[in-house]
Amino acid sequence: MPRAILYDSTLCIGCKACEGACAERWGLPYDDKIAAEERISAHKLTAIETHGDRFSRRLCMNCVQPACASVCPVGALQKTTLGPVVYDAEKCMGCRYCMQACPFQVPSYEWSSRLPRMRKCDMCYARQSQGKLTACAEACPTGATKNGDRDELIAEAARRIAQKPGQYYNRIYGLKEVGGTSVLYLSAVPFEQIGLRTHVPQEPLPETTWRVLELLPDVVSTGSVLLGGIWWITNRREEVARQEGAPKHAGRPPGASKNTPRLEGAPSQPAREEGKHP
Amino acid sequence: MNLRLPKITFWRAVFAAILLSGLYATYLRVFYGLGGSTNLSDRFPWGIWIAFDVMCGVGLAAGGFTLVAIVHIFAIERYKPVLRPAILTAFLGYLLVVVGLLYDLGRPDRLWHPLVMWNPHSVMFEVAWCVTLYTTVLFLEFLPVVFEKFGLHKPMEWIHRISVPLMILGVLLSTLHQSSLGSLFLIVPEKLYPLWYSPILPLLFYVSAIAVGLAMTIFESWHSSRAFGRALELPLLASLARVLAVVLSVYLWIRILDLTHRQAWSLLLLNRSETWLFALEMALTLVPTVLLYQARVRMDPGKLYACAVMVVFGFIANRLNVGTTGLEAGSGTHYIPRWSEVAVTLSIVASGFAIFRLIAGYFPIFEAHSAEGAAAPRELEAKEEDPVSVG
Repeated sequence: MPRAILYDSTLCIGCKACEGACAERWGLPYDDKIAAEERISAHKLTAIETHGDRFSRRLCMNCVQPACASVCPVGALQKTTLGPVVYDAEKCMGCRYCMQACPFQVPSYEWSSRLPRMRKCDMCYARQSQGKLTACAEACPTGATKNGDRDELIAEAARRIAQKPGQYYNRIYGLKEVGGTSVLYLSAVPFEQIGLRTHVPQEPLPETTWRVLELLPDVVSTGSVLLGGIWWITNRREEVARQEGAPKHAGRPPGASKNTPRLEGAPSQPAREEGKHP
Repeated sequence: MNLRLPKITFWRAVFAAILLSGLYATYLRVFYGLGGSTNLSDRFPWGIWIAFDVMCGVGLAAGGFTLVAIVHIFAIERYKPVLRPAILTAFLGYLLVVVGLLYDLGRPDRLWHPLVMWNPHSVMFEVAWCVTLYTTVLFLEFLPVVFEKFGLHKPMEWIHRISVPLMILGVLLSTLHQSSLGSLFLIVPEKLYPLWYSPILPLLFYVSAIAVGLAMTIFESWHSSRAFGRALELPLLASLARVLAVVLSVYLWIRILDLTHRQAWSLLLLNRSETWLFALEMALTLVPTVLLYQARVRMDPGKLYACAVMVVFGFIANRLNVGTTGLEAGSGTHYIPRWSEVAVTLSIVASGFAIFRLIAGYFPIFEAHSAEGAAAPRELEAKEEDPVSVG
């Protein structure tokens, strides 16, 4: 039963209680200056954005098939069965491929630190695994951020749209985007108007690289046979040439293998090039 | 002699200036982190330390596996005189890639993590393993040079015994990670500009790596012939240039097909920076391809060298476009490397030249040459000393 967050932009009043609760849960500083920042960063893992008279909220989407976890060379990012994508800073070597791969530009880096970590929301994995709500959902006074079972939240979102069709843009963001996300959005206007990336692919991103990576055993096995076979053929020609008494280069080091002269099968064009030169 | 001395001093001064700036940039990197030494940001996490130091570094070292395949697997023995310089370039190239990575990784002390913490779904994981194994292979392929220098015949026999599987392994590992550097970007379909994003990025990276490997072989032969005052293996390089022309033609044709199938040509009508960068990259690839089909270009050391340089710059343009400029629009940000990023990159390149020269002066790298030399040394001696004679 994967968990999720439903953020209803039409209910959000921009009070930023979620931001404060999030900062407290991570032990990050939070004051008026940080509250004014409308962008997630290494010291602010969720942010309320203002788009005219509407609000939107940014946080890690905790994708159903996360690109970040698939690209991490050391497996520092893991998708849990509970839903959250969790991060192990002890494994991370700081290649920042997760940041490059994330279609939502969520992971942030501690750029000025000498021992930097990547930072992102993990949908309060620790709290949720104890049966508690995420800190942001618990703090939200209007119900704009709701935490619960993903399927139930999708059903609830559909119900809200059906009950007040005039109030909602008729789609749930996060249902199909990159194969589905754990954070779902409802909005009164098309999603790009509240700052969401609507050009992301509908297919899960890990597929794009796995399509190539899964060929690896085939490439290695076929390549071994092919290269080994070519060597066997060319080497056989040399053995024959040697037996037929082709002259050997004297004085070559033992490491310089196959010191037979030009072979019949070898292309002859360089000889022509040589001929051209006086 | 009178002409030579001030010139060498000039290049030595440039070299020293580059290394000093690199040293100061290193201080910034160590004590002020990536934030104090780069212009990277959350929206633009990879800069030239990845796009140039790693992606170009690995590609420019591709001559190693290409020539091993040509000489030892396809047994086209006459290219042997340029094999050792190619292996040395590759070995140095990969070591310098690791140096570049130490700068770029947020936690360079954890460089070894992918070897023990596995994620087979990650392209980066595969690249890490391939680069580690291939650097080891290159070390073993370079060892005979050392054994020969010191007359160690026993170890030479040992290494000779494993040489065939070793060479096949090297070619396979190169095939995997040269293409995988392209696969790295398959995960960003919505970020990388469509002139560069293609499902066949791995194939494009592989073919262009072979091309630039050949171009680098010509490049370094030309430079070393001047630095060491030895004759240029011109007929040999001319025939290698033929191979290069064919590989470049194949590469260009694949790109044309790719852009056609993805219906991306119309993007060239837009007056955007990407259009011009793409045009530059294509021109730097197309012009040498056309020129190299002409015998008078291939047999003229200067023109041949100019073509090799164009191929190298075309390759660098391509990797920088995929790794940085092509990602700017999709990331909604601009990235211009900070001076310290450039200083580190230049220092790495300059060190590469200097170390190559040192090793080539001490070890028998161009040993096989005297037997094959048929070029015109007279011509070369008349010309001035070149930048490689630094150090």
